[in-house]
Amino acid sequence: MNGVLTIYRKEMEDHFSSTRFLLITMLIFMVGVIIAALSGMSMRDELKGMAKPDFIFLLMFTSTGKLFSFVQFISFFGPLIGIILGFDAINRERAGRTLSKLAAQPIYRDAIINGKFLAGVTMIAIVMLSLVLIIAGLGITLVGVVPGPEEIGRLFIYLVLGILYIAFWLGVAILFSVVFRSTATSALAALAVWIGLSFFIGLGGSLLADAIAPINDTADIARAQDAIIKNAEVQRVVSFFSPSTLYGDATSTILDPLRKSPRSFILMGPLERVSLSRFQNPLPLSQSIVIVMPFFVSLAAITFLCFGICYAVFMRQEIRST
Amino acid sequence: MDGEPVIRIENLVKRYGAQTVVNSLNLEVAEGEIFGFLGPNGAGKTTTMLMMLGLAEPDSGAVRICGFDPVRESIKVKKVIGYLPENTGFYDDMDARGNLRFIARLNNIPDSVSSGRIDRLLDEVDLAREADKKVGSYSKGMRQRLGIAEALIKEPRIAFLDEPTVGLDPEGTNRMLDIIRNLSRERGMTIFFSSHLLDQVQRISDRVGIMIGGSLVAVGPLAELAEKGLGVKEGGVFTLEDIYMKYFREG
Repeated sequence: MNGVLTIYRKEMEDHFSSTRFLLITMLIFMVGVIIAALSGMSMRDELKGMAKPDFIFLLMFTSTGKLFSFVQFISFFGPLIGIILGFDAINRERAGRTLSKLAAQPIYRDAIINGKFLAGVTMIAIVMLSLVLIIAGLGITLVGVVPGPEEIGRLFIYLVLGILYIAFWLGVAILFSVVFRSTATSALAALAVWIGLSFFIGLGGSLLADAIAPINDTADIARAQDAIIKNAEVQRVVSFFSPSTLYGDATSTILDPLRKSPRSFILMGPLERVSLSRFQNPLPLSQSIVIVMPFFVSLAAITFLCFGICYAVFMRQEIRST
Repeated sequence: MDGEPVIRIENLVKRYGAQTVVNSLNLEVAEGEIFGFLGPNGAGKTTTMLMMLGLAEPDSGAVRICGFDPVRESIKVKKVIGYLPENTGFYDDMDARGNLRFIARLNNIPDSVSSGRIDRLLDEVDLAREADKKVGSYSKGMRQRLGIAEALIKEPRIAFLDEPTVGLDPEGTNRMLDIIRNLSRERGMTIFFSSHLLDQVQRISDRVGIMIGGSLVAVGPLAELAEKGLGVKEGGVFTLEDIYMKYFREG
């Protein structure tokens, strides 16, 4: 335990003093504030003269405004934070010839990755928490709404989800830093996986679905329906391996109790607004949690899977100074 | 040479693929000895050391360090040994004290204890004046000396030094050899160091082992090796180079 703590402390010091982290934090804060301001202002305009809908405070995070919503922003840039925090975790030590020295100290070898992973997760938590607080603060001043206890609860669950999502990418990045000797290679590999899992898995899912459960032209309506459902199920199963899908689905459930995702309130057409007025009752928090649980577990599972592989590879690796 | 040897190696074998890097090695080192491990580059010296430290697993054979098995009881072994890797690295954006304190913390030494020890060690390796400079600005010789201090911060029973003098100028080499000799004399520490440079090993070692192509071809005090290998009588003039070349040709 002592080893983990010592490495954790040193990594935290390194993170806070590194220029790289300073830059990415500044960038993210800037974009976060701009997004919050834009969505807050457009919400204010849209809602002028209207009765305020339920959970208006959560709209600060989910409404797209002129650009994209905060939630979408994290879905897109979150992985980059994770990758930047972890892509050179182990191979930097290898290149600096400090790894063999670390391994020769009386600590368990896993303390090295555990300490680094925990420090990364702490940094992610700090960034996420301060971003959410900034946007909440801007929401209170710009739109003039105060969050209720349920909204705070939902935001908290979202925060945990977001941290878990970015932590998955931190795990991927650390895994590549164990596997590849060069920091440039590990960064590129992590980026490739990010692009693959975020953008192309949908395409791969539909290809796989068409291969496994093709939709044939058939006169029998019942069979055609079955085929379409099966096809959709396969696509859905594949999409569960995509952390961004998991994050997106879970987030829209937890932050959007009216279940009108993925469209934001502001972008809705008149018909949708009418239908919304007919189904006013939001999903209670407990039911939202029930729905979000599988996503949560899947996200945690792939994070630990990734960390587990990292662990296994690192424990078996020989540590040589040259 | 009385009591249980602190290092005992029996029939140690290590293969990388088809290549046998260390071939049935047998060796014992007694407490307080300076053992010079000699051999050309690629002879398997570093691999042998890594197996003694528990950083590489032997394919067969046994290693005991102070009675502990480095594979199964690696933490216990790592508590009693200090290791200076070849061309060791440091956290370049930290100063010497920061680097030493980090290693001390990993060894569960509280800062209150380590700060005094750090000052003493920095003094001993002649780095006290540069202690607050970032290690990135250190010269090769200073880095090697800091590496020694780092290996000693936990006050080990055995110090493993891998090529401690490589890349040093004659002045730096002399300083390094003095430090090593003092460790053994003043603290009774066992020193196991590897080198491919003959005269240095000759100057400070009690015993030497010559390793060529993965096999230990000769072990013993220098005079004995000279007598056996070259027929030089006691008091005769010889250099380690002669012994070394003889075994090298045979090996």
